[in-house]
Amino acid sequence: MKTLSSMLLLLLGAAMASAVQAGPREDLLDRYAKDARANDPGFTSFSATRGQELHLARHTTGKPDTPSCSQCHGDKPRNAGRTPTGKSIEPMAVSATPTRYTDAAKVEKWFRRNCNEVLGRACTPAEKGDWLAYMISQ
Amino acid sequence: MVLTIRPVAAALFLIFFSALLLDRAQAGSGHYYPPVTDKLTQDECGSCHMAFPAALLPARSWQRIMGGLADHFGDDASLDPAATAHITRYLTDNAADGAGSRHARKLMRGIDQANPPLRITELPKWVSEHREISPREWKSKDVGSKANCTACHVDASKGYFEDD
Repeated sequence: MKTLSSMLLLLLGAAMASAVQAGPREDLLDRYAKDARANDPGFTSFSATRGQELHLARHTTGKPDTPSCSQCHGDKPRNAGRTPTGKSIEPMAVSATPTRYTDAAKVEKWFRRNCNEVLGRACTPAEKGDWLAYMISQ
Repeated sequence: MVLTIRPVAAALFLIFFSALLLDRAQAGSGHYYPPVTDKLTQDECGSCHMAFPAALLPARSWQRIMGGLADHFGDDASLDPAATAHITRYLTDNAADGAGSRHARKLMRGIDQANPPLRITELPKWVSEHREISPREWKSKDVGSKANCTACHVDASKGYFEDD
């Protein structure tokens, strides 16, 4: 009986672990990793540090009003940001806004718009993954 | 018989009069525009700025705005085709010259029907209502943008744009 219940616990634990593994954020990161590897066979993993650099860097290739991600989202991902029209933006850090990055279409919509605004081009899968890794780590 | 009809007539008159007053308070004052009730429209438009009531612009303006979201007054607000079609339909159905017309009669005065403004802030009624606001006030940290209605109109999200 004891062995049976511990076996069940083990199974339950494994099921929960795989549920965590297969979350929408992990799926998204897996997809970006696959695309990043296709672009660059030397790609190993995403880096939250590179993501932070991307978030703070000032670019000159996009629109003058939006030189960086932090222009609207702020320097600290756990704090709220502000749109140019004065509306509050919920913090980008997953720890502060747990619902973030659970809808892949929404994530892609905002990368499409904002990379175009800030960088004047689409973001690469590696950039998206680094930036996401940074926000998930915060 | 006369005695029983009188109170009924008085009550009916009272109800009619109250309804008339309420209607005037909402539509006649020119300061009430029904808030967006469509969830997708509320979510998508409202993620960058207040989701402006559909009755604030005529259908032709909404069509043009929704047809050019990739350059939305300088910003990329592009949406997938299904969401664009859904929101366009909601906004044009409830536009100032659609279902929202009883709230928007004054707002539509003096605009070129064939070529209406795309910006709410270019409607003659909007301009005259805001003529006393100084450039300093517009630039203040709490306002920052003419699209930031709620900075001054505290009940704007409920549809009320009274003088505050």
